[in-house]
Amino acid sequence: MISFIIKRLLQSMLVMLTVAFISFGLFRFVGDPVSNMAGQDTSIEDRQELRKSLGLDDPVYIQFFNFTINAAQGKFGQSYMLREPVRELMAKRFPATLELALVSSVIAMLLGVPMGVYTAIRRNTLLSKAFMTISLMGVSLPTFLIGILLILLFGVTLRWLPTFGRGDVVQLGWWSTGLLTASGLKAIIMPAITLGIFQMTLIMRLVRAEMMEILRTDYIKFGRARGLSNRSLYFRHALKNTLIPVITITGLQIGSIIAFALITESVFQWPGMGLLFIQAVGNADVPIMAAYLVLIAFIFVVINLIVDVLYVIVDPRLRASSEGD
Amino acid sequence: MRKLSKLLSGVAIAAIMAATPAVAKDFKYAFQGDSQGLDPHGLNETFSLGLLGNVYEGLTVYDENLALVPALATEWKTISPKVWLIKLRQGVKFHNGNDFNADDVVFSFARTQTKGSDQKARGGLVTKVVKIDDHTVELHTANPLPVLMQEMAFLFMMDKEWSEANGATEAANVSDANEIGYANRNSNGTGPFMITSREPGVKTVFDRFDGHWNKDLKTNVTHVEFTPIKEAATRVAALLSHQVDMVYPVPVQDWKRLDEAEGVRALKGPEARTIFLGMDQSRDELLHSSVKGKNPFKDIRVRKAFAHALNLDAIKAKIMRGAATPSGLMVAPQINGFNAALNTPYAYDPELSKKLLAEAGYADGFTLTMDCPNNRYVNDEKICQAAASMLAKIGIKIDLLAQPKSKYFGKVLAQGGYDTSFYLLGWTPGSIDSHNVFANLLHCQDAENKMGAFNLGNYCNDRVDEITGLVGAETDQAKRQALIDEGFKIVQDEVGYLPLHQQPLSWGAGDNIELNQRADNVFDLRYVVVK
Repeated sequence: MISFIIKRLLQSMLVMLTVAFISFGLFRFVGDPVSNMAGQDTSIEDRQELRKSLGLDDPVYIQFFNFTINAAQGKFGQSYMLREPVRELMAKRFPATLELALVSSVIAMLLGVPMGVYTAIRRNTLLSKAFMTISLMGVSLPTFLIGILLILLFGVTLRWLPTFGRGDVVQLGWWSTGLLTASGLKAIIMPAITLGIFQMTLIMRLVRAEMMEILRTDYIKFGRARGLSNRSLYFRHALKNTLIPVITITGLQIGSIIAFALITESVFQWPGMGLLFIQAVGNADVPIMAAYLVLIAFIFVVINLIVDVLYVIVDPRLRASSEGD
Repeated sequence: MRKLSKLLSGVAIAAIMAATPAVAKDFKYAFQGDSQGLDPHGLNETFSLGLLGNVYEGLTVYDENLALVPALATEWKTISPKVWLIKLRQGVKFHNGNDFNADDVVFSFARTQTKGSDQKARGGLVTKVVKIDDHTVELHTANPLPVLMQEMAFLFMMDKEWSEANGATEAANVSDANEIGYANRNSNGTGPFMITSREPGVKTVFDRFDGHWNKDLKTNVTHVEFTPIKEAATRVAALLSHQVDMVYPVPVQDWKRLDEAEGVRALKGPEARTIFLGMDQSRDELLHSSVKGKNPFKDIRVRKAFAHALNLDAIKAKIMRGAATPSGLMVAPQINGFNAALNTPYAYDPELSKKLLAEAGYADGFTLTMDCPNNRYVNDEKICQAAASMLAKIGIKIDLLAQPKSKYFGKVLAQGGYDTSFYLLGWTPGSIDSHNVFANLLHCQDAENKMGAFNLGNYCNDRVDEITGLVGAETDQAKRQALIDEGFKIVQDEVGYLPLHQQPLSWGAGDNIELNQRADNVFDLRYVVVK
């Protein structure tokens, strides 16, 4: 078991190094950072000097090497555009992104599961068809559009909810949370729905398919023959079994929610890591882009590692084979 | 009787309360990005300097009409062509309570020359600062420099004692990975607003500085919140929902929406930025065209053909929604040295263009790559597309390469080796004076003497170079204007550039907000009145 985890950890390091290397190969194509860092009166020599001191003239592999050495010591340099240490910026923005991701996952679960159950049990009702249509829209409309439509309706026309930002936050140690203030709670509603709508559709369709599958199995039939109530059958026996794959998928999806939150974050000016990244791309802010991409790779790697370890624990066959080789 | 006196005193109190100025006025605004740090010598860029201009002050300041007025200096005069005598304002306090004096001026000039500074060029105009007494200094320049005090408006003064106490005697250095600099996160200026909290990229809060020397400022605002909002649609929605009182920039296509919505308005004043097209006139063969072995732009007939093919009125009407000012000059009316008599654009005459092209030997036209930014100026990419379709009518086939500004500037500017044959650029002279345009855009490229750095196509004329030097040193206004006119006339006759228009500023604000939309796109809180 230990050797399995160590092996996976080594593989994970390799994944992150690869991501960092590919990123550095691509940074040459986002433009020249110095054009945003020097005013129009700055002389050509001063610009060259700046390029040199930032190491932008070095070949890609040297830049990558320096980045890796520094990153291994926890040094990610300074943001070119905000002129703050990248590590601090990331630490400040991470709570916003994680809170958004978690709240949107919870909303997706709370809405997706009942809708899935309903559409599986009452397949031909009008409401069922409405759910299916809405969910289709959820996957086919781009996030940006959904966000803007919500802003126009609930922010501009009805003025119920704030259109941007995170509201007031409370500081709990280094963690900042918006979930303890009224304005923070109001501010998270629209971004969380926008981000969670794809997730919700996924969960709903998954629950529906699993549920329909399970309702055909023998033990449900026997339960029905035994005279169990529909309610007990659906929610005690069928739904419980349905939820196993749903939880797995949702867990795995948290990584992609964090990664793809950047569109939602930029529509709602949500001060998370994704927004930081998008702004960094526009300004060719290499230190932020590099740190963000490596961090996202790290999150994916960790989640996958946890899932793998759980599988090994749950499934004895995997354990046997991994010990065998 | 007693009741009556009580009533009367109540009325009196009410009257007193009504007479005192409104107590606390909050104001919220949003821009598309954030200031790059708080160090006043950190970055010479319009928005960062504009934001910091509420906190720090220079020796001079621009008023609402871009006229130069005294700030930390009360009087200035030249005692010899290269020496200025400056009287400093008395009784000025920094936010921490320290007095402003000549030592701070000497210190601030020295600080602009430290490693991380992006104000080296501006600070370096002054070669020596001599303290005469606590409130008098002499500024020595290498050459006679009539526009010195214009340049001083954006050179902010810092407190020597505060900087020394906090280890901020050198400008924040962005390439130093370990130390970002105290002044990059903290501020201590003499300006009317103090920064009381800041989270970079998220929110900056200003509070009114009660000890400011100028008690006659127009603004009644006491508390300001600034939020960067990147997405234009989100920015506009924030204004429409009245969560912020003012936003900029607003997409031109949203003007109608703002004007129709209740309680907000679009502000469309003219900007002092001139948008123009430039052509590579120096290489023997263009880098990006179908013509091999020669450079068609070296032939004045080709340049004239391009000039007469562009329909500036159509660009104004169709792309700029009527809110641009077609231009014949490389400077805007707000800029010192502008002459309305010379501002007639080249006439739109595609037939003449075709004739000129045929005479030059390009009857069938040619293919040419055009470089264009797509997120720098108002509708920049659309202007390029329109120009491309107008040029197509005279047989010039344009391959349009529209890119985000970091990529675009990385390619076409000096660091990219001026890798362009035909490009769109915009320019606002930082000193609000024509000399800046001569030195940066019209003078031949000359890296050694730091001239023509933004003359991307290397338009070159000896007399214009000579005039650049003369304009820089001439102190007699009439003679100076004559030289400027002569220079602009030469460039026009030689079709050195193709000026398009001055773009509009595009801001949005609530109806209860009174503000000044300054033509250099600086938003000055000194003029904000909340009703």
